[in-house]
Amino acid sequence: MEEKFDVAIVGAGPAGISAACVLADRGAKVIVVERGEYPGSKNMFGGVLYGQSLGRVIPDYAQKSCPIERNIVESRISYLSEEGSIGFAYRDQAFFGKLHNNAFTVGRAKFDRWFAEQARAKGALVVCSTVVTDLLRDGAGRVIGVKTDRADGELHAKVVLLADGINSPLAVKSGFRPEARPESVALAVKELIELPEEVIDERFGVSAGNGVTIEILGSVTLGMNGVAFVYTNRRSISLGIGANLCDFAKQRVRPYEMIERLKLHPAISPLIKGGKPREYLAHWLPEGGWESVPKLFHDGLLIAGDSAMLFNALHREGSNLAMTSGRLAAETILHALEKGDFTSRTLKGYAARMEESFVLKDLKKYRRFPSFLKTHGELFTTLPRGALEALREILTVDDTPKETRRKSAWRAIRGRLTPLGLLRLLFDAWRSIR
Amino acid sequence: MTVEDKLFLDRFNVDEDSHLRLIDPDTCIEKCREQPCLYICPANVYKLEKDRISVNYEGCLECGSCRIGCPHFNIDWRFPRGGYGVRHKFG
Repeated sequence: MEEKFDVAIVGAGPAGISAACVLADRGAKVIVVERGEYPGSKNMFGGVLYGQSLGRVIPDYAQKSCPIERNIVESRISYLSEEGSIGFAYRDQAFFGKLHNNAFTVGRAKFDRWFAEQARAKGALVVCSTVVTDLLRDGAGRVIGVKTDRADGELHAKVVLLADGINSPLAVKSGFRPEARPESVALAVKELIELPEEVIDERFGVSAGNGVTIEILGSVTLGMNGVAFVYTNRRSISLGIGANLCDFAKQRVRPYEMIERLKLHPAISPLIKGGKPREYLAHWLPEGGWESVPKLFHDGLLIAGDSAMLFNALHREGSNLAMTSGRLAAETILHALEKGDFTSRTLKGYAARMEESFVLKDLKKYRRFPSFLKTHGELFTTLPRGALEALREILTVDDTPKETRRKSAWRAIRGRLTPLGLLRLLFDAWRSIR
Repeated sequence: MTVEDKLFLDRFNVDEDSHLRLIDPDTCIEKCREQPCLYICPANVYKLEKDRISVNYEGCLECGSCRIGCPHFNIDWRFPRGGYGVRHKFG
């Protein structure tokens, strides 16, 4: 392939395809290189996409038969101890109406393929089954294209956009991002559990393509800093659990055993009962936050999405950050194409756009959140047990006077956490999200 | 449900050559006390045999954990060739 492109994009995920759509829309000559057999064949996430971010790229996505699984109308948070759960649920009529598709579930094998088709329809070239093995540079060190694992696989481009995801040996090899450290990634495993649509509707109290997300915290991660989730798809449930990779190594916990234990939990097993496992996947989540975001622009190169470690751990948002960063990278590249300058001087406009957007504003605001979780192990061990026991005291009905019950409830907490420890937890929590 | 049962649900296009290689197999046995690869790999690719660690790359889910989790950086980790490896049905 001796052809020269305006832009070569590595990776056909939400970041790369968003960029491809915006660029192709404006007539730029774009190639997307994907290592999987089809877009999405290597991709995995929890399962939630955000309508507004997608709408900024494909405004009429709903009319273009975007493969949406369920529109999320209810978000739950469950705090699990070994024996029970404490929960919070928020359902709002707005999500049936004007905020319809604010968040929705998708399967990446279908969605990414559909998304890449939209980019193709706009004129982008999407090449699959091709691994980018290195970046091409000129004498001055400027990136001028990519090298692939195909015969004669050099592709020249004015700008390269790295959107190849968090596990990026390429970013490391080319020196544009340090290798991910075990403490700044979470390893998550997910199982797809098939159930009839009506059963899911009934179990979660929804109908007509609406669904529920449950974010799970507590002792299910066996004392490790991690989370679990249950997301409803049309005819399946995504059940996942993840924890800091460093913690897995330290505690010698096997991810597949942890998800098996989660399935047996009294709050989870009724939700998946009778379901048939259909797929088992694993992936990293960038959990380093603001501190781990690399420099986003270089001569001839931009970095977007997970590859740039863009993930808001507090809100479990990632796909929207990927799409927005891809779109902003594309806008910067369009500007560079207009000026005919592909050096950092023009491409640094990407960093400015990112700083003005919610992407970096949110990551900066919550920059202390990753270390909050890391330094408060009690969130995953003693606190869920204490909280459950305290509630059990309060809600047990017998001849015991309430005064005695109240005291034992307080003891259940205090026996595990000193008043000072509790105060520090609350203060650090407030500080990490303030 | 065992990890083998789980991997059986997935589709793989297995290449003849492994994309994972122990750079110095002796290091794993002689120098590595923790052997975290035996625990952290979600696909149980690494197994402790009598005098070595075997690499069952066929079921690799391509997460990268072994590469950065190996305390001796003893794993040469590449993506499978284009089109090979795991193929998500749902994702």
